Amino acid sequence: MAKPRFDIRVQPGFGTVALFTFAMLYLPIATLVVYAFNASDSLSSWGGFSLHWFYEAAENQAVQDAAWRSLIIAVSAATMATIAATMAALATTRTPPYPGLSFKYAFINLPLMVPEIVTAVALLIVFAKVKVWTGYSGLGYLILAHTAFCIPFAYLPIRARLEGMDQSLERAAADLYAPPWQVFRRVTLPLLRPGIIAGFMLAFVISLDDVVISEFVKSGGQDTLPTYMLGQLRRAVTPEINAIAAAFLVLSVALVTVFFFINRKKA
Amino acid sequence: MPEPSPVPDARIAVDCHGIVKQFGEGPRALRALDNVSVAIRENEFFTLLGPSGCGKTTLLRMIAGFEYPTEGTIRLHGEDIAGLPPFKRPINTVFQSYALFPHLTVWENVAFGLQMLGWAKGKIEARVAEMLKLVHMEELAQRRTDQISGGQAQRVALARALAPAPKVLLLDEPLSALDYKLRKEMQIELKRMQSETGITFIFVTHDQEEALTMSDRIAVMSKGRVLQVGTPWDIYDKPAERFVADFIGETNFLSAAMVGIEEGVARVRLPSGIEISASLAEGYRPAGEATVVVRPEHARMVTTGGQLSGVVENIVYFGTDTHIHVKLDQGSTFMVRQQNSRSKSCGASVGDRVGIDIAPDAAQVLRD
Amino acid sequence: MASAAEIARRDEQSKTRTRWLLSLPALFIVFIAAIGPLFVMLAYSFMAKGDYGDVKPGEFSLDGWFSVLFQRDIFDDTVTLADAHLSILWRSVRLSVITTLATLALGFPTAYFIATRPRSTREVWVFLITIPFWTNLLIRTFAMQQVIRNEGVLNTLLMWLGIINEPIPIMYTDWAILFGMVYVYLPLMVLPLYASMEKLDFRLVEAGYDLYAGRLAVLRRIILPLVKPGIVAGSILVFVPSLGAYVIPRVLGGGKNLMLANLIELQFGAGRNWPLGAALSISLMLLVMVAMLVYVRNATRSGGGHG
Repeated sequence: MAKPRFDIRVQPGFGTVALFTFAMLYLPIATLVVYAFNASDSLSSWGGFSLHWFYEAAENQAVQDAAWRSLIIAVSAATMATIAATMAALATTRTPPYPGLSFKYAFINLPLMVPEIVTAVALLIVFAKVKVWTGYSGLGYLILAHTAFCIPFAYLPIRARLEGMDQSLERAAADLYAPPWQVFRRVTLPLLRPGIIAGFMLAFVISLDDVVISEFVKSGGQDTLPTYMLGQLRRAVTPEINAIAAAFLVLSVALVTVFFFINRKKA
Repeated sequence: MPEPSPVPDARIAVDCHGIVKQFGEGPRALRALDNVSVAIRENEFFTLLGPSGCGKTTLLRMIAGFEYPTEGTIRLHGEDIAGLPPFKRPINTVFQSYALFPHLTVWENVAFGLQMLGWAKGKIEARVAEMLKLVHMEELAQRRTDQISGGQAQRVALARALAPAPKVLLLDEPLSALDYKLRKEMQIELKRMQSETGITFIFVTHDQEEALTMSDRIAVMSKGRVLQVGTPWDIYDKPAERFVADFIGETNFLSAAMVGIEEGVARVRLPSGIEISASLAEGYRPAGEATVVVRPEHARMVTTGGQLSGVVENIVYFGTDTHIHVKLDQGSTFMVRQQNSRSKSCGASVGDRVGIDIAPDAAQVLRD
Repeated sequence: MASAAEIARRDEQSKTRTRWLLSLPALFIVFIAAIGPLFVMLAYSFMAKGDYGDVKPGEFSLDGWFSVLFQRDIFDDTVTLADAHLSILWRSVRLSVITTLATLALGFPTAYFIATRPRSTREVWVFLITIPFWTNLLIRTFAMQQVIRNEGVLNTLLMWLGIINEPIPIMYTDWAILFGMVYVYLPLMVLPLYASMEKLDFRLVEAGYDLYAGRLAVLRRIILPLVKPGIVAGSILVFVPSLGAYVIPRVLGGGKNLMLANLIELQFGAGRNWPLGAALSISLMLLVMVAMLVYVRNATRSGGGHG
């Protein structure tokens, strides 16, 4: 029927803008990935399809070291942040209000409100002193700094999960003669697991992605993958950077996709 | 469906003709409305009555302009309104959920339509004041809509929809969210407002009691079709089909045999072998087996005689009246509703053998 | 025997103790590696600068704060406004405001589009917004660089279309920073906008149309006020990181188009003026706090109204 229709949900032009937005979000990423397969030596011209730059990047010792370092930092920081955040979440959810509750909540989330550059230079100031005093200049500083800014990210999904959990299940377990530790281990923890996994993955991705804080906290020769790339961008850029970026991108997208499906199953 | 009692001089406000609403295509297609035609007269309180899913709300939304018929035309005062978007139709709606704007005050809600129509400031103020007075909400004009009760929200929704003086007011189960007492009050209020404003009201409800109390005319709908259109009296006392009889009030169904038809009145033989007369829908001439309905208050329990007989199975006391369930000798159950009086009980107890006397003119033959 | 009240009191005390013990690790880590250093930095901003970076410990000085907005001529000691700093501050604020407006202009229709998709496909559209959001910021900045550089996709496309004859130099201009920030922060605008539009009650939109409001009136008078919390949240989420952006201006702005974060970095590197860097950092934080305050005030004013 060719009768004029009136759809209350439609606003003229909005669909076009939306499609433009989606195109705009993906066009640059797509370009970057395509150029990773460029056989040419420079980014200026297309020299045909090749995996050359992926091999090049994989064999580059500096890239290997940076990737390994990023992984160590992300795993350590995400683990510590998740443990600390889980404990804090247990202490700040499903309780009647008590003195200090809102302080804790605000304090844990505070790192989210401070611009990264500010935290970065503040850490630079403090760690510079500590390095002189202790003589230690290992990865510990990076791991500690990453743990701190990962805590609020890990805390969010864990707290959300806890808040949606029915306390009567734990009461039932206690009623069935389970002592507090057993209640935690056999009831609370299994129910909380999706939240903990989500928190860990969030923290992991956040740590892996960090540029600014790492750039200011790292000592000489402690490049992570992002700071290595940032350094490289100052020089003449070869498609090797594209190859690293593309590989990194695939990893992030894979993680986010897994995260998406875990969350979807839960819902 | 032909109108049972057309009034030739009444003007038609909304004329829905041959409306079909189909979702999907092919054998899996779902017909929400199946060839529906109703003509709603000016200044009428018209009710679309039916169970949920019967298509009554879909029809209402079509008149408002939020849905479009697959086939058929809708005319407003003779003019086809298919091409008009909702904001160009001189029709307003009282939504089921009221849909009051939460970011506006009561006053601003009522003024909204007038502002959109570009009325002058002074005129808007006068009109809003008048409307708020009509619904007794003058004092709460500056309240936010989340600070008023359900009943008050209902009044605001009504004032908002009436303010632009629409030609037709659509009401989509507006009372369903209210509690029983408030609902009774609002039924009377609505009726008063309709007669005060003279606006055509089209009211959608699944509550048969509400429909009978308020309406000038009722269209009973089921499964996307209009089964019967008529005054509350028509619908209650002369149900044309089994669904209508069953859906509205309580009723007894008796299978009977047609004996003959004289001057539009049928002669039927009841299972007990006794013959009674029963009215017929106009132009309907059945033969053979037929179903006859008798409302429970149109029959009387008697100790001897009556057209039917059986054993008292159950007696249920309802305050104003008592329902007596009688197991008939032929197997089915017949219910008699008896007004209670102060002095005596209903006059029978469970297990008693009784007769049932059907009032003359009470029986009606159903169309199959 | 302890009284019931006594037992209840002791139980409550032990619970409070447990709650503090449990939250201690998180609070401690956040304190030593995020919040605590801010106080050290505050102290540094009031010290005299060291000759080779760092500060002269214990030597009080307001020079750091003074230099945020003013400069003293080395020869005649006259005080003038620090034009360089002011222009960087102005660029930061201006680019952040434009970025916020641009992401709103693109993000609002996008969020509305997603919110009006059928429930089953909505999740997929949101997912498409989330993917860039979780992709490394540096990678996205780099990706934008490949689009806007002279031999990039944009210039190539425009030249191929015959709109321009030679590439428009975008890299190392304010435009480049702007493109980068809009691109990078767009998901931060879309997600909160979508969150409030998803809750939008379309029966209210219907009521608007029923009451003679046209498309534009419904958008302005009904949809916009109802999703205002989302607009405010999205604007803050974009404005705050824009103001503190470091990577984007560094990669896309080149050496000359600094923003606040780059100016701060400069003080800890070649500038060797740590007190000034510290004072600038705290100023940036104060700017952010003001923006947050606006948000909180807005949120509480419009909060509670619509569930």
